[in-house]
Amino acid sequence: MATDDTQNVIDQPEVLKPRMVTIEIAGKKADVPEGITVIKAMWYAGIDVVRGVGCLGGFCGACATYYRTKDDPKVRTCLACQTAVQDGMSFTMMPPFPARKATYDIQTLQDPKQDLFNLYPEAPLCRNCNACTEACPQKIDVREGVWKAVFGDFKSVSEMFMDCVMCGMCTPVCIADIAPNLVALYVSRAQGAHFAEQPVGLDTRIKEIQDGRFNDEWNKVLKMNDKELAEHCAAVK
Amino acid sequence: MDIHALQQIVHKTRDARRKQTIPKFSSADRDQLIHKYHPDFRASAYRPIAFGPNESDKTVVELAMLLEGDSSIQDDLDLTPQYTADVLVIGGGGAGCAAALHAHGAGAKTILATKLRLGDSNSVMAQGGMQISVAPEDSPVTHFIDTLKGGHMQNDHALLKVMVEDGPSIAKWLLELGVLFDRQADGNLHVKKGGGSSKPRLLTCSDYTGLEIMRVLKDEVINQKIQLLEFAAAVELLSDESGACTGAIFKDLDNQRQVVVAAKAVILATGGIGRLHIQGFPTSNHYGATGDGLCLAYRMGAKLAHIDTFQYHPSGAVYPEQLIGALVTEGIRSEGGQLVNAKGERFVNELDTRDVVSSSIIRECEEGRGIRTMSGRVGVWLDTPLLDAEHGPGTVEKHFPAMMLQFERFGIDISKDPVLIYPTLHYQNGGVKIDTNSETNVNNLFVAGEASGGLHGRNRLMGNSLLDLMVFGKRSGLTAAGRATAMKQGKLTLKHLQGFRAEARKHGNVSGVISPMILPAYTRKVG
Repeated sequence: MATDDTQNVIDQPEVLKPRMVTIEIAGKKADVPEGITVIKAMWYAGIDVVRGVGCLGGFCGACATYYRTKDDPKVRTCLACQTAVQDGMSFTMMPPFPARKATYDIQTLQDPKQDLFNLYPEAPLCRNCNACTEACPQKIDVREGVWKAVFGDFKSVSEMFMDCVMCGMCTPVCIADIAPNLVALYVSRAQGAHFAEQPVGLDTRIKEIQDGRFNDEWNKVLKMNDKELAEHCAAVK
Repeated sequence: MDIHALQQIVHKTRDARRKQTIPKFSSADRDQLIHKYHPDFRASAYRPIAFGPNESDKTVVELAMLLEGDSSIQDDLDLTPQYTADVLVIGGGGAGCAAALHAHGAGAKTILATKLRLGDSNSVMAQGGMQISVAPEDSPVTHFIDTLKGGHMQNDHALLKVMVEDGPSIAKWLLELGVLFDRQADGNLHVKKGGGSSKPRLLTCSDYTGLEIMRVLKDEVINQKIQLLEFAAAVELLSDESGACTGAIFKDLDNQRQVVVAAKAVILATGGIGRLHIQGFPTSNHYGATGDGLCLAYRMGAKLAHIDTFQYHPSGAVYPEQLIGALVTEGIRSEGGQLVNAKGERFVNELDTRDVVSSSIIRECEEGRGIRTMSGRVGVWLDTPLLDAEHGPGTVEKHFPAMMLQFERFGIDISKDPVLIYPTLHYQNGGVKIDTNSETNVNNLFVAGEASGGLHGRNRLMGNSLLDLMVFGKRSGLTAAGRATAMKQGKLTLKHLQGFRAEARKHGNVSGVISPMILPAYTRKVG
């Protein structure tokens, strides 16, 4: 090793001597090292977690959690795999919430913008309280999205909700019983299936494959022995 | 030292590095580098498998133990089925959803069982994109050649040909379901260049490609009213007298009861092995990536392919502690992000294949040019601010919103400061050997997605996984449905397990290991 011990080492005093903090997990006190994630704090406290863990990468929305920091009355939301614990923090995982998902055949919809009101008749009843936006751990302007959906601006909704991990934390807080993430999912799919442009190049390529345009090239490549194939591959930059 | 002080060298050398081009390694240098530094070549991590279809083949010890492991099921279990189906899909990620949708669409009574929730998988995390040759200057043959090159020429040609040829029609299917792929101004699909590819070929949905595809497929599975068994972990397969697969036994993780499902065909779409933490590596994989399907198929007599090779994604986060192992998408390097050692130097062409880039990072760290953390980890810098410098302010935020948010939660702005990375266990290159219909050497047992083997050779090319899932999910679903609707349900027996146990006894296997693992043991045993 060329480097001596003091060079190129990042200071992390918290790692050398972890400070223990006291937190509350579903109302029960536990001492855990400061700075570990909420999920890891549960494991550290000896709690088996089956429901409530998914990708551990902040994408699947399985670990939706309510938490409060010391002396702050505000209850916030987070993804447990993406949030570090701090002293005095109190948290509990969100149980699966019985939101109603409409079912539909996305490809045969006749008038997707009008169908929204049949599938999710509660969507236009938004009372503008903004609780959904405040509840979103992905910082999506959920309330704005619901309004845009109702006004038929499906394109904007599909762009705004690309970050949505479907954790569903916008749903229990809604006083109009809207499930905004499910509304946005419908709207985004409808946007893609009905209002996005047809990519002409893709159809051309599918037809080329069907018509055997690449057959000669395939025959050439698939007939090569290992050495010829290796040389052919090496020539492609 | 303070992290900001250590980052200065990256800022200071940025302008000089921008003009620099680093050629890719020659194939001889590349082989030498990989043999010396890639974890696949660490002999002490490997041992031969004692018995079974791959007897005496070498694999990592963590996997060998599980493959030789015993079942949790007693030989005399009552096998009266609680559920019956034409097609039973095990696994709720990309391959599982694609398989279930196609089997259902072809008229088969389909059950999808998964040990966590529908959609909990690695698929949902795929950020880089999906390789499909849609650009006019590209072709399926070029896609084939690039993949073969990346796979060290070891890929199964027949599997690879169907994957690249089915690609465009898969894109069409996903578009019809409402997947929002990024577009060019003219409405055509936008393609990005990925590591190891000679042409831009990656279809993307910003850096949420897997999430977007999975949101849509999950929604479609529910809309199609496909029967779901969630929190049901497969613990054993079932066979008839001839050894053909006839169903599976599950453990309901909510009430610990055993559930028997009779099916005319079974599709394993159980994903990878990252949570085995091979060689002590952190992993980018989801909670359930414990290689369950490999153990189940192996006990049935299915042959495995390329199970001695794993993919270590070059850029797993090393700092902060909370993000260890989490992926920093390859997209950053595709857009020009450079890898920089502690001396402020580049050391590899960042767009070389994953095994080459990972090996070179390990080399830098082993030769003392890495940056270390006090928890004993080491890494090199990925110069993320370079993207804003090169393509204008706001580029990182606009193109990598998921990445920005992930680090922002820990007070790190990746558009201003470089991130520390080291290879992380990412993908199982091999798996259960399949044919072009996704079927194994065991009758009526299909395997699709990461659990299958042969397609990717010894190193999977970036962006080929999402396509693999869709193509072989579809092929397995259609073939299984076609066969199942025309045959009778076979008997449910554990004959294969009795045979496997006899062989284990013959080889004196008394490890006491029960497989599949189902979930990693992360819960601290207190007191």
